[in-house]
Amino acid sequence: MARITMREAISQALMEELDRDPAVFILGEEVGVWGGTYAVTKGFYDKYGPERIKDTPISESVIVGAAIGAAMVGQRPIAELMTINFAFAAMDSIVNQAPKLHYMFGGQFKVPIVIRAVGGGGRQLGATHSQTPDVIFAHFPGLKVVSPGTPEDAKGLLKSAIRSDDPVLFIEHAAMYQIRGDVPDEEYLIPIGKSKVQRPGSDVTIVTYCKGLELSMKAAEALAKDGIEVEIVDLRTLRPLDMEPVLESFKKTNRAVVVEEGWRSYGVGSEIASRIYEEAFDYVDAPILRVAQKEVPLPYNRTLEQSALPQVPDIVAAVKEVMK
Amino acid sequence: MNKETQLQMYYEMVLIRRIEEKAMELYQKGKVGGFLHLYIGQEAVSTGLITARQPQDRVITAYRDHGVALNCGISANEVMAELMGKATGVSKGKGGSMHMASTEKNMWGGHAIVGSHLQIAAGMALGDQYAGNDSITICMFGDGATNIGFFHEALNLSKVWNLPVLWVCENNKYGMGTSVERASAVPEIRQKAEGYAIPNERIEGMDVMNVYDAAKNAIEKVRSGGGPYLLEIVTYRFMGHSMGDPERYREKQEIEKWKEDDPIGIFRKTLISKKTVTAKALDEIEERAQQDAEKAVEFAEASPEPAPEALWENIYVEN
Repeated sequence: MARITMREAISQALMEELDRDPAVFILGEEVGVWGGTYAVTKGFYDKYGPERIKDTPISESVIVGAAIGAAMVGQRPIAELMTINFAFAAMDSIVNQAPKLHYMFGGQFKVPIVIRAVGGGGRQLGATHSQTPDVIFAHFPGLKVVSPGTPEDAKGLLKSAIRSDDPVLFIEHAAMYQIRGDVPDEEYLIPIGKSKVQRPGSDVTIVTYCKGLELSMKAAEALAKDGIEVEIVDLRTLRPLDMEPVLESFKKTNRAVVVEEGWRSYGVGSEIASRIYEEAFDYVDAPILRVAQKEVPLPYNRTLEQSALPQVPDIVAAVKEVMK
Repeated sequence: MNKETQLQMYYEMVLIRRIEEKAMELYQKGKVGGFLHLYIGQEAVSTGLITARQPQDRVITAYRDHGVALNCGISANEVMAELMGKATGVSKGKGGSMHMASTEKNMWGGHAIVGSHLQIAAGMALGDQYAGNDSITICMFGDGATNIGFFHEALNLSKVWNLPVLWVCENNKYGMGTSVERASAVPEIRQKAEGYAIPNERIEGMDVMNVYDAAKNAIEKVRSGGGPYLLEIVTYRFMGHSMGDPERYREKQEIEKWKEDDPIGIFRKTLISKKTVTAKALDEIEERAQQDAEKAVEFAEASPEPAPEALWENIYVEN
């Protein structure tokens, strides 16, 4: 085991796959000479050259569109979107093309692309650069949506995404590149579409993913001091969604809180709560609560912004509420 | 060009016409659903263009794709079955009129979001460039597609990366019901290529031999490493944009005037006047096309519906 940052984990996954398969190449804004705006591809340009680390114009739509086309004829491109907020400029490519082409032409086309996109708020970037719109993309059958919460998961899931024959949107959190975690020394893969219990507990189930995992872990520590043991289920993949560990945990605790950074309405919490009510109604001892972003465009001011984002005390309060 | 190829082109143009007429009939009977965009009037464009390609060259087009599909070698049976949503259709009945493709025939669709497939085309050319093979991508689109951002991102990238792609604008004068004059800042589409330093040419598209010659030249330029090239082919659709078009945007006289330049009529005259072939021989080809269109309808009618479980197939490659 080595203790590395999220940035290093993602970087290692990319490098290992570039080394393994010549069909893999990276395209995106500032991925090459600059070294990546979040320094994930630092040094790649010198190591792999301009053919495999392709700097693009600021043209999100064709970045993803061209990745799709190259994938259809046998390559395995990784398209990087500098932030997920720019994905809206590429919406047609991401939701209208990539997830449809295999189905619509009777299985003739394959679209083995990975779209890496950086999301999340809390960095005082204003309303258009701070969003967590993950669920929008998770709405579309045909797309796989992955968003890891630990370096180990990030590395293993990204490698699986690159090897997947399906289009995968891989969402990273801008404020998590420095978090550290243990990562196996030997090569490993983590399958897409598998939720995981990240912390065992017996009293309340917290269902979360990505940044929500970090917050929930902190909340769990605080709650443990009050004698409340929460079990944390990390979704890791939003589509296809793996409900098994969630339901298994809920049947044990009979209480759940869903934590996400995106807005509450039509969110991950809504989906998870509905599924629990549909599939485990007899086990429900308390209403399932949602901890999410307040329904405002995120402001620049630090205090205001933090007040709109879900925080550890919000999670603690919600868990205590369902324990009543 | 040898006689055999010319006669094959004549057959394909007539076959497209007959298939489109059948499709219209079946649509009116409710046997073809969705939207139906007919290629009648534009047959010389895709016939000349696709005859000029090499087998390794990829073709991708917009939603007016039945003719392109037939020219690429997809059988009339599979086209007709797809129109009727049958399991034997070229896209297994899941794509319909606007989404026909065959990787085997190097025909990459059939795309219905205006302009978006230009980005995919740029990517296909990128894939071939990356692989180092000598395929080029031939990307067809309408005049209307040149007013959307996708076109501009794709053209710019194709030039910046020197991609082996032939951009082919089928200028049929109208994007649905809005004329080029009312929608485009420049009267000739080829002018837009100038903004991206892409070599370009505007040609008349009702004479299939004219299209073939220009396409042959353009394809070889792209293949020889010259980067992207834009060919604007001026043509005209004799029918409405799609079935149910009230056609309030153009005069009957205009349509009649263009019909005097029917691409099949022009080619027929050329073949006879140059004594390539007799009128009787052409009549026989027309008869064969007619029969093949009828057989295609019979095949499609007799074909099974997709199985219920097909609903859940091919959402993902991996489950």
